[in-house]
Amino acid sequence: MRVGLFIPCYIDQFYPDVGMATAELLERFGCQVEFPEGQSCCGQPMANTGVTTATAPLAKMFVEIFESYDHVVCPSGSCVSMVRNHYEDYHCGPRWEAFKGRVWELCEFLTDVLKVDHFDVSFPYRVGLHRSCHGLRELRLDGCSERMDAMPSKVESLLRRVEGLQLVTLDRPDECCGFGGTFAVQELGVSILMGKDRLEDHAKQGAQVITATDMSCLMHLEGLARRLGNQVPFLHVAQILAGRSLPSASKVAELRK
Amino acid sequence: MIAKAKGHAQLADTFTADEARARWHDGALWFIRQKRDRQAAALPEWESLREMAHQIKAYTLENLADLLEQFERAATQAGAVVHWAADAQEHNRIVLDILQSNNVQRVVKSKSMLTEECHLNHHLEQAGLQVVDTDLGEWIVQLRNEPPSHIVLPAIHIKKEEVGETFHQHIGTPKGNADPTFLTRAARGHLRQQFLGAQAGITGVNFAIAETGGIVICTNEGNADLGTSLPPIHIACMGIEKLLPRFSDLAVFTRLLARSATGQPITTYTSHFHGPMAGGQLHLILVDNGRTAIRESEEFHRSLHCIRCGACMNTCPVYRRSGGHSYQTTVPGPIGSILAPARDAKEHQSLPFACTLCGSCTDVCPVKIDLHHQLLAWRKEISQRRLLPATKKYAMYGLGWLLRHPRLYALAGWMGRKALRWMPRWMIYHRGNAWGMGRELPVPPAESFRAQWRKRSSASGQPNSSRSEGARRS
Repeated sequence: MRVGLFIPCYIDQFYPDVGMATAELLERFGCQVEFPEGQSCCGQPMANTGVTTATAPLAKMFVEIFESYDHVVCPSGSCVSMVRNHYEDYHCGPRWEAFKGRVWELCEFLTDVLKVDHFDVSFPYRVGLHRSCHGLRELRLDGCSERMDAMPSKVESLLRRVEGLQLVTLDRPDECCGFGGTFAVQELGVSILMGKDRLEDHAKQGAQVITATDMSCLMHLEGLARRLGNQVPFLHVAQILAGRSLPSASKVAELRK
Repeated sequence: MIAKAKGHAQLADTFTADEARARWHDGALWFIRQKRDRQAAALPEWESLREMAHQIKAYTLENLADLLEQFERAATQAGAVVHWAADAQEHNRIVLDILQSNNVQRVVKSKSMLTEECHLNHHLEQAGLQVVDTDLGEWIVQLRNEPPSHIVLPAIHIKKEEVGETFHQHIGTPKGNADPTFLTRAARGHLRQQFLGAQAGITGVNFAIAETGGIVICTNEGNADLGTSLPPIHIACMGIEKLLPRFSDLAVFTRLLARSATGQPITTYTSHFHGPMAGGQLHLILVDNGRTAIRESEEFHRSLHCIRCGACMNTCPVYRRSGGHSYQTTVPGPIGSILAPARDAKEHQSLPFACTLCGSCTDVCPVKIDLHHQLLAWRKEISQRRLLPATKKYAMYGLGWLLRHPRLYALAGWMGRKALRWMPRWMIYHRGNAWGMGRELPVPPAESFRAQWRKRSSASGQPNSSRSEGARRS
């Protein structure tokens, strides 16, 4: 199975190991992974600001680069939702229609396509799972607290297959972290307070590490934690599933210097 | 209209500056959201009720003109007088005409967001009439000369100590007494006199039934009932979207409304009005005020499904932490951020951006309005109408251009990471770096993913693809 690896721009630039962990996972379960170098960004920052004319060429570019793969997999629910649910606004036409069903967020690809039932990795820690909104409510990777038709949690089902991993129960299981793209800089006060509230919830439940399906939420929460002197480490779900170890306290402290 | 001097972000920053208070506000509304969750979870048919409500509202809007005429015929037959108002001015003029032609001086009013939208109180007071809001929360904000900050909980932003002080100043309760039961009884005692002295009662309308010509008003305090059964004149003001086709449709909505709004199975009072009381008058004012324009919009007509339960406010993480007044509209929160730009996009251009697009509002809405998608659609609309601030617009054009050139993007990324690693802190963290005002930037790695991948692929002898031997562990 030929899989095109779609690595969001900020992961490419700031979190290369999340990309590596994603590729390793896919390879471990038999995929032939390719990273087409012509890719840059799905266009979501421009789309969510409403600047359609700056988005459409990126959407077109994306379809051209990726449409020949059997599947396209990405370690971000937000970017996948952009491609799968919002590209119709950017005149991508029948080529996109034919291909959007083959664009996957990593966790749903593991559960729905590869049907992975073991990882052979251990992670003996209390883990706080931040349910990133677009994965949650646009891709339905998890059931959300607002809806009463319970849906199984794909992300949790994967994490529960990691030996020793214990998920903490949060007071507010799926509240937004306050990142929201340009919202994070435009609505600074609310964004910061939302992030603080999330960090406190995880700390209160004794989470030893915070994870999510979207690195953008973690980039915001980690930046805030470092500013506040909070020592909790952050790992993308892909990193845990690929068997990365918990960054040591000294490594976290070094990062925060 | 010009843009508001301060957008949502500035007012929200002021609100969050008092972190303890912002958290108190957040907690009060989250409590209601949890009550709503418990009530919704108790109904196995919750999601199908939402779908049914959505379908009924879609049908109603599709057939609005016919249903309104059916309603007018039935209501008139029952003895009501039906008035049509194209906008807020006409609405206010009709109300004042009715009151003046009946020599009314003193009016009691139960909660009506429509009359807030039309600024009716101000209009009547200017004409020398006395209007008293009889919903407790509405009365508190009226005494304080403030607009409501929430459509169901108008005084949710005010603490009980502040209510005690307001009552002390206006009705002479003892200074420093902030006991909610005491204050509520004091308010009841005072308002009872207003009810007894009123010559007319104004109410809003929760639902109007085309089939019967009846209207339904839901309150928890019974104030609409007192205000319409003591004085002989009842004026009910409603937006034209409040209609339901059949009486049997009502059950779907009464089951959803109170559960969504306050987490109650039903409002304490659900009162039905068919025609005037014996010897009295019932006037129904059907108001458009921009609704027809929204109805004709392909993208935004679904926002007219709204039954004003306020659930989207209670769930919105931004609303809970920024307060209703930061929206500067009668209806704040997610639904208000869709309705207000439809009225004046320039004045309210900041509202669709006061949102992380988390989608919680869409999933909580009892009539399944796709709120966060409509907020996104408004962002596009604002950009297309050239109302986006220039800095934002050009930043996005610039970024879009860069991202269309993957090699340049990779180079810019390399340079940016290099700079972040070597620049002194003061050159990175300053007032121009809004991200850095509240958080640290990520620690930049020496190599991007694409650089690492290239190395890995050439090491395995397979350009741009998987290592043949499979996984690498690090």
